[in-house]
Amino acid sequence: MGGPAAPAVQLDSPISPYFQYCLNATDTNIVPESLERVVSHVKILKTIVVLLPVVMSASAANAQDLAEEITELRRVLAEVRQDYESRINDLEERLTRAERMAQGARRDADEAFEIAEQTAIDQSAGTSAANTFNPAIGAVLVARLADLDNGWEDIPGFLPSGETGPGSSGFSLGESEINFNAIVDSNFFGNLTLAVESEDGETEIGLEEAWIQTTGLPYGATVTAGRFFSESGYLNKFHRHADDFVDRPLPYQAFFGGQYIADGLQGRWVVPAPLLVELGVEFNWGGGYPATANEDTSPGAVTLFTNIGGDIGMSNSWQFGVSWLSVDVKERESGVPGDSFSGDSDLGIVDFVWKWAPGGNPTLTNLKVQAEYFHRSEDGVFGGLDYNDDQMGWYLQGVWQFAQRWRGGYRHDVVDVDNGSLPMGTILEDPGRSSKRDSLMLDWSPSEFSRLRVQYARDQVLPETDTQWFLQYIMSIGAHGAHEF
Amino acid sequence: MIRITALLIALFAPFSVSAIEVFACEPEWGSLVEELAGPTAKVTVATTAFQDPHGLQARPSLIAAVRHADFLVCTGADLEVGWLPLLLRRAGNPKIQVGNPGHFLAADFVRRIEIPKRIDRSQGDVHPQGNPHIHLDPRNVRRVADALGVRLAEVDPTNSAYYQSQLDNFQSRWADATLQWEERALALNGMRLASHHRSFSYLAAWLDLDIVATLEPKPGIPASGAQLAALLEQLTPAPPAGVIRTPYENRKPSLWLAERLTIPEIVLPFTIGGTDAAVDLFTLFEEIIRMLEEHNR
Repeated sequence: MGGPAAPAVQLDSPISPYFQYCLNATDTNIVPESLERVVSHVKILKTIVVLLPVVMSASAANAQDLAEEITELRRVLAEVRQDYESRINDLEERLTRAERMAQGARRDADEAFEIAEQTAIDQSAGTSAANTFNPAIGAVLVARLADLDNGWEDIPGFLPSGETGPGSSGFSLGESEINFNAIVDSNFFGNLTLAVESEDGETEIGLEEAWIQTTGLPYGATVTAGRFFSESGYLNKFHRHADDFVDRPLPYQAFFGGQYIADGLQGRWVVPAPLLVELGVEFNWGGGYPATANEDTSPGAVTLFTNIGGDIGMSNSWQFGVSWLSVDVKERESGVPGDSFSGDSDLGIVDFVWKWAPGGNPTLTNLKVQAEYFHRSEDGVFGGLDYNDDQMGWYLQGVWQFAQRWRGGYRHDVVDVDNGSLPMGTILEDPGRSSKRDSLMLDWSPSEFSRLRVQYARDQVLPETDTQWFLQYIMSIGAHGAHEF
Repeated sequence: MIRITALLIALFAPFSVSAIEVFACEPEWGSLVEELAGPTAKVTVATTAFQDPHGLQARPSLIAAVRHADFLVCTGADLEVGWLPLLLRRAGNPKIQVGNPGHFLAADFVRRIEIPKRIDRSQGDVHPQGNPHIHLDPRNVRRVADALGVRLAEVDPTNSAYYQSQLDNFQSRWADATLQWEERALALNGMRLASHHRSFSYLAAWLDLDIVATLEPKPGIPASGAQLAALLEQLTPAPPAGVIRTPYENRKPSLWLAERLTIPEIVLPFTIGGTDAAVDLFTLFEEIIRMLEEHNR
């Protein structure tokens, strides 16, 4: 950081303008005290210079001596001058520094004033104490306009599971959702989600989620209790409004009735590892499909799950999950009197998600590919008959954000049954073919809080192909949503 | 002297300390921790200069990193609102939860600007707590460093004396550097610039730059063609010295405007790693000022 080398001083060099200014300065008020001293010294210097010729003529006898003396004098002169110049430089520097400091001090003073003012404003703003502790509140408004050829309500070969099918043509409100969440205290986090739905002219308020979660447990452990979205599968834990398509993939409709919601406990543990390795277990006492209501002390359904995930380079990240859901089914209704299922139902799900964003920055463009495979074995009694059969399903979808606010996506979803053990004529009769769909979607998000979507589906759930068009809006108000992976 | 201290620390570190694991949301805070904690901390940084810190997702790798952290340093002021709360809830780590000493938010220690008078989202993705891009004012870095030094000592008391000496050392170097930058930047006073997003408000406030236009009509909302055309018309009579943006923002609007106004598009590093030369906080500011000087007319 060393400054530039001081220029070599030469006697015949012109005097610097600032030096001259100091020599001629008459207004002593503007000359600092030490500068005055410099000026008086310079006057002495002047006298020496004037006297020099006199000295020279007086000692003309010895030219050699004289020459030496002149050299000596020049040297002294140069020294003196160098000394003064460096002192003046020094003073100049001190002056600028003082100016800078004054400037800094003024700025600090301004800032102190502003902070004081701001504090005063903050303190005078009358927020009531009760209001300060409001949780984060958000609401999601969803609606759609559909045009279907025929639509359908049940998937052949599966028991009715709740919400299946593309619904009906025309305009319909989806689930409008209200969410509250906040830190309870230093140990717990709480979340409440209400779903408001209008069906057949009646408004229903459903309790979608109501859970508390520990935040204070060490060693990577978290316990959740209450009503929560199960970790079975990848998509299940997401709210519907976060989906990339208007409707859930067929396996989710067939095996979960859209979403598997558990009433009970969940424990999860993040293993200490450089990758994400997470193990979890869930106990469900509730009656959310595929579980059936249970009044025993032991839970009616148990889920074991694991998620493993990480990054590959800067631009790729992935997650792989396996889950196993075991349900002790007690009289699951089929809609046909007398035909209900009781027994064991075991569902295995393998899921994989891969996300790509250039440089790991998904804001501008990104690509997401996800796939899940479901396999379920059911063993028990259906309508008084022995029943031991398998069902399976999978989907693969890709969504590409090709411009900052635009995304396009494709999905293929399939479900299939192998219900050979049952006689013909029951609702679980094997249709002998798989049900499948192909969907294309395009959505535009004017901001992070609004989304407009159009979706086309070529639906082959029933033997006859159904062409479906959807227009959908999803808007969120209130608290900022989460960017879940 | 510094080198000798560093050498001594390096020699004795294996015997006297076990490194604390630090999770930093942004590179600037990761770098500040490295300045203050040196080899006593092992720092993981969640984002790079090429990632929008607001638009990130709670990726599995980040959950794994937060799981291990003894100390978390983020900006706060809602910058990481989309992903940090999720990471905290997923990681099962009480040390870095809100309210514990291991949870450090830099924006808590500075005066934020651009606090909206009116909070609704017709104003775009506004943050009720003000502009969160606080680090490009060295006076803010100074304040955050003071608070960070104290907090590090609280989290890791065995090394508190070391943190204090590192802090003193940093602050004296930082004060010198700040004075020098301020002196150089006198020539930049009133430099007129257009900016993609309000990413440089603190820099502008510090250096008295004049941000004459923001390309995004509202924070987080990309400009439409018509809005850009209007902006072009507005700026044509007196074009600014350049269009500035961060490395992670969409380059197209800035390029379009810059080309039509025949002014340079200036990609300022924004944070550590934004250019090859910006390797720490000192070189970051050095680079930004150098680039502005280069384009100042």
